[in-house]
Amino acid sequence: MSLPDAAGHFEIFGGKYVPEALYAALAQLEAEFDRAMDDPTFWAELDDLRRNYSGRPTPLTEATRFAKHCGNAIVLLKREDLNHTGSHKINNVLGQALLTKRMGKTRVIAETGAGQHGVATATAAALLGLECRVYMGKVDTDRQALNVARMQLLGAEVIAVESGSQTLKDAMNDAMRDWVASVDNTHYLIGTVAGPHPFPKMVREFQRVISTETRAQVLERFGRLPDAVTACVGGGSNAMGMFADFVDEPTVALYGFEAGGDGVETGRHASAIYGGSVGVLHGMRTYILQNEDGQTKESHSISAGLDYPGVGPEHSWLADTKRATYEPVTDAEAMEAFQLLTRTEGIMPAIESAHAAAGTMRLGKRIAAKYPDARPILVICLSGRGDKDVDTAIKWFGIDGSVDASVGGQL
Amino acid sequence: MSAGISGQAIRRAAGQGRKALVAYYPVGYPDVPGSLDVLRALCGDDDQPGADLIEIGLPYSDPVLDGVVIQRAGTRALDRGVRTRDVFTAVETVAATGTTPVVMTYWNLVDRYGVDAFARDLAAAGGAGLITPDLVPDEASDWFEASDAHGLDRIFLVSPSSSDERIAATAAACRGWLYATAVMGVTGTRTQSSSLAPDLVARVRRLAPNTLVGVGLGVSNGDQAHDVAGFADAVIVGSAFIKPMLAAEDAGDPGDLTGVRTVLADLVDGVRRSG
Repeated sequence: MSLPDAAGHFEIFGGKYVPEALYAALAQLEAEFDRAMDDPTFWAELDDLRRNYSGRPTPLTEATRFAKHCGNAIVLLKREDLNHTGSHKINNVLGQALLTKRMGKTRVIAETGAGQHGVATATAAALLGLECRVYMGKVDTDRQALNVARMQLLGAEVIAVESGSQTLKDAMNDAMRDWVASVDNTHYLIGTVAGPHPFPKMVREFQRVISTETRAQVLERFGRLPDAVTACVGGGSNAMGMFADFVDEPTVALYGFEAGGDGVETGRHASAIYGGSVGVLHGMRTYILQNEDGQTKESHSISAGLDYPGVGPEHSWLADTKRATYEPVTDAEAMEAFQLLTRTEGIMPAIESAHAAAGTMRLGKRIAAKYPDARPILVICLSGRGDKDVDTAIKWFGIDGSVDASVGGQL
Repeated sequence: MSAGISGQAIRRAAGQGRKALVAYYPVGYPDVPGSLDVLRALCGDDDQPGADLIEIGLPYSDPVLDGVVIQRAGTRALDRGVRTRDVFTAVETVAATGTTPVVMTYWNLVDRYGVDAFARDLAAAGGAGLITPDLVPDEASDWFEASDAHGLDRIFLVSPSSSDERIAATAAACRGWLYATAVMGVTGTRTQSSSLAPDLVARVRRLAPNTLVGVGLGVSNGDQAHDVAGFADAVIVGSAFIKPMLAAEDAGDPGDLTGVRTVLADLVDGVRRSG
């Protein structure tokens, strides 16, 4: 399979719906990316950073206690949470930051929602000596002050975006506007498999390492391929990374779990594939949340990283061709899985990744109901760690930070 | 390149020994009826000269090529309920004055309405064509078909970063005129007109002779319009008309057109000034 085609299309999806002013920069990026893909020096440099800086390969952890809630499945966690900076985002950022250097550019800009991609970008910029500016919706800078500070400590400049809905999609708009004016010295380091070609393809290739490692690890330990791999889907970069090496393996089912928010039926959700329609947003044709006129609708999710009204075009294609299955997971389901995984395995997932855990519980039970004797191997992409989400969890579970009891005080 | 319908308006100005003025204004701000008043004023009151071509903007939730002024007006227009169909009312309003209207909007709104249906309704309302800031010819096969079927102009953009090949191909894909974005950046007034603009227009002249070229992004007053008129066929102005309308609303009189008329008079003079 050789999608996308030369113009960046996954059949009707993808493409380059951008101002002409960005065309030259996209062409330059595409050419540099293609050269790098065939350049052993580039791969050697990236591989060194992956091993000795980020901490790859990441482990594959069997979750036996959590698996008791997933029917009869053997549940494996691909531990992207153990990467430097705490999520899979660094995989892509290191690749694009090296490309930035190769293109002779000295500045990177990025958009971020919760701040994970912003922190990863600021980290790579610090490592490689690049100037860095991160655009973040005003709503998100207010609720993620800790990540704003982390980026600033790393030397990045953080810009609060007050236009539109003041969230991730608007941060992306303003990063695009910056790029239109600064393409000469600046690379726009998009954090997911979305945006105009070549971003969906390039980010997939930088995240592919997730499935390459997973495939080898499962084969080594179980002597066969997994029955399904699962991941959460916002823009969809950890999912594309987890799917990439399995797409051509027909026995491996691919499951993407979108943010169902309050429930797709309430209209307050971020399930672009399950609850959206085909349109053009941020340079690509894909499934998006839009009103009757084509104006983008605001998405809703407890997880800032999934709170995006679009999805990478390759996911739209995988959904339409039925190669992958996409289902919504509500805030409540995700938070239940967040707590369960934390308490059964001692692994606190990012709320994003908790969507994948919740969906996998549902999937495991469904398989057990249909095939009671089967022992399917299900691999969850645990895309990030949950430290950043403790505030949200405190509010959700009504924990107030007070202790359970005191000792050693007054008699 | 064929001059289409909108290119004729530019040629008429040339026939008077001057360059054309293209005025951009979004439908729906301060509200739909209020925007129609502004559009009529931009066509010129009574016997007063106005813009030669009106570029009607259709607000979009994610306008990546627009600066803060147009964004603000667009966001307010959307909050106040502007719909895609309102742009056809605006087109009829402008056409009724005898001035040629074109529409500028982002592609998803056209795509969602149905490309052929949009072209059909735009033509029926008296529109000359469509400016597509985020649609390049490479992705425009539906639009080629619909614009040919309904006899509409296709105005694509080129920028200082465009390669020679792309300038030639984009000019060939246009009907009407070619929109040259004079600065690397988004819409909005600037204190100095860009030094990139004359070079870009010169490249277009060399690569695609006989192409009518409009220059936009950054022009805000008569002096700048006069400068741009020195090398372009049409001078495009947008944010400068919206600023006084935003100020009028802030001052509590959103229907006050005094500021718009003042800006227009200065620009109309700028493209007519000799020397």
